[in-house]
Amino acid sequence: MARDSEDPEMTKASKVKRQRKKKTKDNKTRTVHANILYDYSKGEENPNRHYANNKIKTTKYTVLSFLPKNLFEQFHRFANVYFVFIALLNFVPVVNAFQPELALAPVVFILSVTAIKDLWEDYRRHRSDKEINHMDCLVYSRVERRYVEKYWKEVRVGDFIRLRCNEILPADVLLLSSSDPDRLCHIETATLDGETNLKQRQVVRSFFDLDCDFDPLKYNGVIECEKPNNDLNRFRGYILHRSGRRDALYKENLLLRGCTIRNTEEAVGIVIYAGHETKAMLNNNGPRYKRSKLERQMNVDVFWCVIILLVMCLFAAVGHGLWMFQYGDKRPVFDVLSPEGTDLSPIMSAIYLFLTMIIVFQVLIPISLFVSIEIVKICQVYFIHQDMELYDEETDSHLQCRALNITEDLGQMQYIFSDKTGTLTENKMVFRRCTVAGVEYSHDANARRLAMYQEMDSEEEECTSHGGTLPRRDSVTSHQSARVVLRSQSTKSHRRTGSRAEAKRASILSKHTAFSSPMEKDITPDPQLLDKVNECSSQMDFMRFHSQPMSQLPSDLSDIIDFFIALTICNTVVVSSPNQPRHKVRMRFELKSPVKTIEDFIKRFTPSRLTSGSNNSSSSSLITNRSSNKGCSSMLSSPSAESTLTKLDEERQHGSLPHAFGPVPPYGYDRNAWNLEEGELRYEAESPDEAALVYAAKAYKCSLVGRLPDQVTVELPHLGKLSFELLHTLGFDSTRKRMSVVVRHPLTDQITVYTKGADSVIMDLIKPPDTGNSKGKRQKKIVNRTQNYLNLYAADGLRTLCIAKKILSKEQYACWLQHHLEAETAIQGREGLLFESALRLETNLQLLGATGIEDRLQDGVPETIASLRKAGLQIWVLTGDKQETAVNIAYACKLLDPEEEILTLNADSQEACALLLEESLHYIQAKFLCSSADQTAKAFHGHFAPFDIYPSSSPSSSSHAAPFMVHRLGLVIDGRTLAYALDKSLEDKFLAVARSCRSVLCCRSTPLQKSMVVKLVRNKLKVMTLAIGDGANDVSMIQVADVGVGISGQEGMQAVMASDFALPRFRYLQKLLLVHGHWCYSRLANMILYFFYKNAMFVALIFWYQFYCGFSGSAMIDQWYLIFFNLMFSAFPQLITGTLDKDVSAETLQQLPQLYVNGQNSEEYKPYMFWMNMIDAFYQSLICFFIPYFAYADSDVDLFTWGTPITTLALFTILVHLGIETKTWTWMNWLSIAFSIALFFTVALCYNASCPTCYSPSNPYWTMQRLLQDPLFYLLCVITPVAALLPRYFYRACQGTLFPSPVQVGRQLDKLPAETRRNILSLSRVKVGSPLSPKPPFLSLNKPSPKGCNKKDQRSFPSSKTSQGPVSQTDNQSRRSPLGPTDSEKGLSDIYTLVPSEIDTLPYTKDAPPLSEEPQPPSTKDSECPDKTLETSNLSLSSWITSTPLHTQTDSVQLNLPHNGDSQCVKYTRNSEERLQSDHTVHPAQRTEQVAEQSLHTTL
Amino acid sequence: MGKAKVKSGPLARRPDNSAFKQQRLPAWSPMLTANTVLPFFYFMAAICMLLGVWLLLTVQSTQEMKLDYTEAGSCNLCYQKRQNASNAAQSCTCKVMFSIQKAFKGDVFFYYGLKNFHQNLRRYMDSRDDGQMVGRKRNLKNPSSYCQPFDKDQTGVPIAPCGAVANSIFNDSFTLSYHQPGSSPVRIPLLRRGITWYTDENIKFRNPKTENLTLAEVFKDTAPPLYWQKPVYELDPDNPTNNGFINEDLIIWMREAAFPNFKKLYGVLNRADEVFAKGLPAGNYTIDINYNFPVQYFRGRKEVVLTTLTWFGGQNHFLPVAYLVTSSLILLLAVVLTVIWWKFGKAGKNMQE
Repeated sequence: MARDSEDPEMTKASKVKRQRKKKTKDNKTRTVHANILYDYSKGEENPNRHYANNKIKTTKYTVLSFLPKNLFEQFHRFANVYFVFIALLNFVPVVNAFQPELALAPVVFILSVTAIKDLWEDYRRHRSDKEINHMDCLVYSRVERRYVEKYWKEVRVGDFIRLRCNEILPADVLLLSSSDPDRLCHIETATLDGETNLKQRQVVRSFFDLDCDFDPLKYNGVIECEKPNNDLNRFRGYILHRSGRRDALYKENLLLRGCTIRNTEEAVGIVIYAGHETKAMLNNNGPRYKRSKLERQMNVDVFWCVIILLVMCLFAAVGHGLWMFQYGDKRPVFDVLSPEGTDLSPIMSAIYLFLTMIIVFQVLIPISLFVSIEIVKICQVYFIHQDMELYDEETDSHLQCRALNITEDLGQMQYIFSDKTGTLTENKMVFRRCTVAGVEYSHDANARRLAMYQEMDSEEEECTSHGGTLPRRDSVTSHQSARVVLRSQSTKSHRRTGSRAEAKRASILSKHTAFSSPMEKDITPDPQLLDKVNECSSQMDFMRFHSQPMSQLPSDLSDIIDFFIALTICNTVVVSSPNQPRHKVRMRFELKSPVKTIEDFIKRFTPSRLTSGSNNSSSSSLITNRSSNKGCSSMLSSPSAESTLTKLDEERQHGSLPHAFGPVPPYGYDRNAWNLEEGELRYEAESPDEAALVYAAKAYKCSLVGRLPDQVTVELPHLGKLSFELLHTLGFDSTRKRMSVVVRHPLTDQITVYTKGADSVIMDLIKPPDTGNSKGKRQKKIVNRTQNYLNLYAADGLRTLCIAKKILSKEQYACWLQHHLEAETAIQGREGLLFESALRLETNLQLLGATGIEDRLQDGVPETIASLRKAGLQIWVLTGDKQETAVNIAYACKLLDPEEEILTLNADSQEACALLLEESLHYIQAKFLCSSADQTAKAFHGHFAPFDIYPSSSPSSSSHAAPFMVHRLGLVIDGRTLAYALDKSLEDKFLAVARSCRSVLCCRSTPLQKSMVVKLVRNKLKVMTLAIGDGANDVSMIQVADVGVGISGQEGMQAVMASDFALPRFRYLQKLLLVHGHWCYSRLANMILYFFYKNAMFVALIFWYQFYCGFSGSAMIDQWYLIFFNLMFSAFPQLITGTLDKDVSAETLQQLPQLYVNGQNSEEYKPYMFWMNMIDAFYQSLICFFIPYFAYADSDVDLFTWGTPITTLALFTILVHLGIETKTWTWMNWLSIAFSIALFFTVALCYNASCPTCYSPSNPYWTMQRLLQDPLFYLLCVITPVAALLPRYFYRACQGTLFPSPVQVGRQLDKLPAETRRNILSLSRVKVGSPLSPKPPFLSLNKPSPKGCNKKDQRSFPSSKTSQGPVSQTDNQSRRSPLGPTDSEKGLSDIYTLVPSEIDTLPYTKDAPPLSEEPQPPSTKDSECPDKTLETSNLSLSSWITSTPLHTQTDSVQLNLPHNGDSQCVKYTRNSEERLQSDHTVHPAQRTEQVAEQSLHTTL
Repeated sequence: MGKAKVKSGPLARRPDNSAFKQQRLPAWSPMLTANTVLPFFYFMAAICMLLGVWLLLTVQSTQEMKLDYTEAGSCNLCYQKRQNASNAAQSCTCKVMFSIQKAFKGDVFFYYGLKNFHQNLRRYMDSRDDGQMVGRKRNLKNPSSYCQPFDKDQTGVPIAPCGAVANSIFNDSFTLSYHQPGSSPVRIPLLRRGITWYTDENIKFRNPKTENLTLAEVFKDTAPPLYWQKPVYELDPDNPTNNGFINEDLIIWMREAAFPNFKKLYGVLNRADEVFAKGLPAGNYTIDINYNFPVQYFRGRKEVVLTTLTWFGGQNHFLPVAYLVTSSLILLLAVVLTVIWWKFGKAGKNMQE
């Protein structure tokens, strides 16, 4: 609606621009003239010369600029500046500590390693740029008067280019001509958004009527359009012809760079944006840089290191000053004067010394830490990439790590926010069952078939899959080609295929269609329904032959045939043929009446009103504006609408239907065209639902065989091919939640509206049955029954769609069309008018039936969710789906547990929402008061209760105001309520409620809401969040979360592009988080800690020495060792350990998800651990310093003969320390340690033998050689590491025995023989799985967790013992452990005896009990909707029946707010049974609370 | 990595199923629990204990005699004299007597020791020119800047050997005499050559090429260090080959001590003499000291040390004690661990089964 209003503004702007030509850049528009008008040679006159050309350059550097620019960039990193500063300090004579050149070595080394890496990457970018720049395309040449081949880089704005089928667009091009008769051009945008279905683009309006080929020489327009921007879905502008005519341009006219031309022989366009100004390039942001939690924590500790460093330096400086001071004026002989021969005052020497000490102690700030972390992360990413279990054979894709520096965040997640469709589910919409005219066809065979696929999936693990794999693979390959053009910069992690050949191959390979795996295609029809369809169509055939009116058909049969026709045509599916995939099946049917102009129509059809007020010019502007209707569907419909009206007009005059019946289908056409096997037709659908329905109809022999803008051809059994004249398409939009087509039925010649939409919407639009006659009664019955079945479908987790139809009389249609055209041509508020127009059409529908489409859960989703939850992750599902479907999917994927109570929040005003939240909080508090009090008592040492993880065991979360318990509660909230709840005033309450719940389900949420929820949780709860999704609507949430995961599924690449990790399947999340996340986290955490330790330990050695050398800054460790110790001698083992160490095996990690808690609570690297490590480092350095000190004290040892053993000892100690911390020893660990030691000795020996004078001032000549002959050296080598590491070793041993961390227990499990382990794990899984004991009494780790107060006595849980120390507690557990299982088994049996009875009584047709207790939700305030026609019974039905039927009425919480918000009533109803004696007890086998919710949208 | 391999087919991107890439390398994963580490603890305790006992016994067999002569006996006078720098040129000799109760068996090493003398100060240590010391003519005339301010004297003549280290050389000399009962004192022969590292004497310290010149001529245009009384080529009047940069006292002094209290080898008992063939016999001894080195400025002490050595160094009880203490600590911890294992470890093991 904004478009029109802005057009005049743009003209204004362009006028202004003409006035000040110089300041074009300030302008908001870009003017594009055709280059053809200007001579190429006189470049400076070309008005397009300011625009970027099409040469792309994604490299950062040139040969000349590399060094300065790269260095400049590297110095952005503070650490580098610091080290350069220190190296430069060495050049100041008074403070220098080392040979200045040597001091530069590490910095130069690190800088050059990074520079080489950057150079390599840049070179690869350069190469692929070059390839892309040198791709060919056809550009019109004025001189040669024809299209000539040019390189992409030579294309300029204003060039005319000709594109052929399967070519990739070199720039953003305005489509001026297409060989397609409909003036359309089909493009595949997989490279941009990954969507593999074809998009239609339309030739600019003013070139629409050109029949002959477009001649660039005749082009004389000037294009004014927006400045380049990155919005793929927007393009506005107009084309100014010399005649002064203005035609608006829309995004439908623009072909974007990187897309591929399909189905269109040839297209010609003018380049609007080129090179870096194309939308694709502007969208291509660099790699995302995120800083992981661990890194943030590390930076804090680096800061602490700086503090320690400064303190040490200050200490030394003060010490030196005092030391100097004590000698007073009499300077000792060993006090060297300054070079000038003057005395330095103690204060000045102290100041100089401070700087010297910074140099000497620089090692404390781990220079190589940053490099090492990067190396380790790259290795980790490599291993994640290489994991076979994260490889999806079906799509031949594996996990992509797009963000390289947050792998360890994967191990620390606390909240998962998941999309539903396509993420939890496969987004393979499979037709599952349907109901027609109130009769349900259960499609049992189909269900069996689907079950078979499920089995096959699991079997297919080993064998190569086929068939179904093909379409997916194409999407992958085309994504590869995407990269050719898109030039993503994050090239490190994923494969780049820059070659043009590959791009071509990819485009050739892309033969297959989205949403057409065999599972989706091969639908087994219900025999009963099939019979009926056959019968019906044969009757129709019969009637057609005998020219009987169709109305004689029994109504149920006609409903069936209408139902299938609706399925077939009420969509936007495009048919393509298999032999030339992506070539639309093209059969022009000659329309009976040719298209006439709208003026003609207006003259003839609308008598007075329109013409009187409008003159010719206004009507011509109508033409242009009309095409601006949203979506191409409406654009397609427009011309046909014209023709239809004219035809209607004619037919009204004729008054006969001559062509309605005939032996052959109407509209003669070339039969040969239909030689194709109909089964081979491919359907290009925009959404999987559409494809599913079309395939379903096809299974019943009602197949869509062709779609043109103005007609749809359907093949029906017996009847053959029927062509429906497509009068109008009202496209799907999310507000209406339905789409409609208006067709002329070829058999009845009636104008029929077929509407397909969400049940909640359609049900409201159903014509109120006239209860008077039988037909009306039947209708009412159908509606009621259908509603029942819809509920049943929803309960099964099926996506429901209602199909309805409506027959319009020609007068009605003409009347509506007139209004509609008015709306289409309106200038102000067109969208609203169109919406109203659609509303006018889609009323008083006749319900035909409903479909249930199964969006199958992906494999392993329930298991994954269960194990992620056991891992202590809170899982929230944020979906745009409707509440019922979402809830049922949630049940299906075990997100919600039938055992759980569900709180449903539906409110329609801020106050109501506030009240609901308040009540929920009270409810939760009241209900769980006892259990939470109980839990806090236990929380003292209760680390492992999955449900009280956050409060009890994470100091990091201690910032939370109050400890929150996570209860066995589910929260369901709809989008509207969510909008209120996310308000500033309510968000805290909302969070308080939500975090008490085990699972949260947000339905009907918009992308923005999704990201707001994530942001809220992330910011307020200070937790690590992971968002996973597959579609464009998840992008915002993925970007907001700490870690964004994209599913590279069918919906395209947008989510993947925005994500940090891209998975082929949801279930891989389990291994990614539980295994790789855990490993990455624990490896990196341990490595960082070790790094700090190592440096501190090494530096402290020198620090201690300062006490013996008058704090003069001299070091007994030779400068070489000091500088290369970190860089070389001790670098490799830690890298190997940091890359390969596995604290627990992958199997155990997956089987015991509880181990993930380790990372969540940052247990590997807590703030105190840094200090513990520092203390340990200081202790060890004390040992390493003083044992040699005393051993050599009072001897004739010289500095380096004493210092070199210390270096050696430190190296040994550090390596053995690493050995203690290493959990798994592979040959690489051994090798790396051996290599380190060998390297040290080799370097030392060579260094000490090489040159007696070269390393001035130090001179360690032959020291090492002497040492190796000295027995004392070996004696020291034995005792010192032993003494230094004794405490740590002892502590580890004690910890492993006395209070093993769960990880250690996991490791113990690993050690057991496979069979024993399996037994234990299966045992523990049973226990874990039992709903009674959320805390598995597994090994010695777990204590039975309190589930409820009443459980306490049953369990004979001795509460007195719980307060004892850890030792006795372990004792407790050991003694109790045989008891544990029996307890839980008791509970288990308890439950299982109860559950079946419930299932038996599961009433789909449940109605009465809650209703009777509940005040009728007053529907006092009806909406303005004029056709509010539902009866009260219907209202109650629709409002009650939608509640989830999976629970019984034993105990129900009804948080219910009538939608007017006046009389909120919150009612806790308990149908107490005998086992719920007291109010505040929670029975372990608590039934799911039934939440009877008022679904607001149904009553609105 | 795997990119070189061009795979095709539907599973082209399937990762290799190699142990390395799948992180399934065979690995030894030791568990640090009481029962697993116990053997190691006991083993280490035993080893350390044995070593400690052995070392202790070895050390017990050594003998050492330390004599602080700073102000002892007649040296008190010299001490006073050296307090005043103006007397630096005057020589001063003194005599200190001591007795040995038990004969020193084997090689006896004679050290001089300094206390509180920081040879390990950073700037002091750097104040030397190794290039000069290896006999480079260029450095002889142009000492390295590290030597500043001891590179040239007031008149600009280069100092050889330059730098603070050489400048501050310890210049006391000792004559040790043995008072055999009933006979006149016997001068104890000390080996003053061959007491440095072989590499020092032959590689690190060389005199500038003489080319038929005398050492004095080689050092003609150089000045001796500020505090020196004698030029470098006259350091050892007795042995002309022991002069210049290869003077062993200089070499030993130039090897900077690690600690402020240190000793440096002065000589080794020459056991060629039959009286001293077995070492130093018990009895009375005197040391005649040429007392030159002032220590008042840094509150230092001077001493002489006579000691025999073991295979792992001088008489230092620290190492054996350290071994014994460590071993007992390990033993203690091992016992604690045993208790822990007894009480809890076993139970844990039961639980696993």
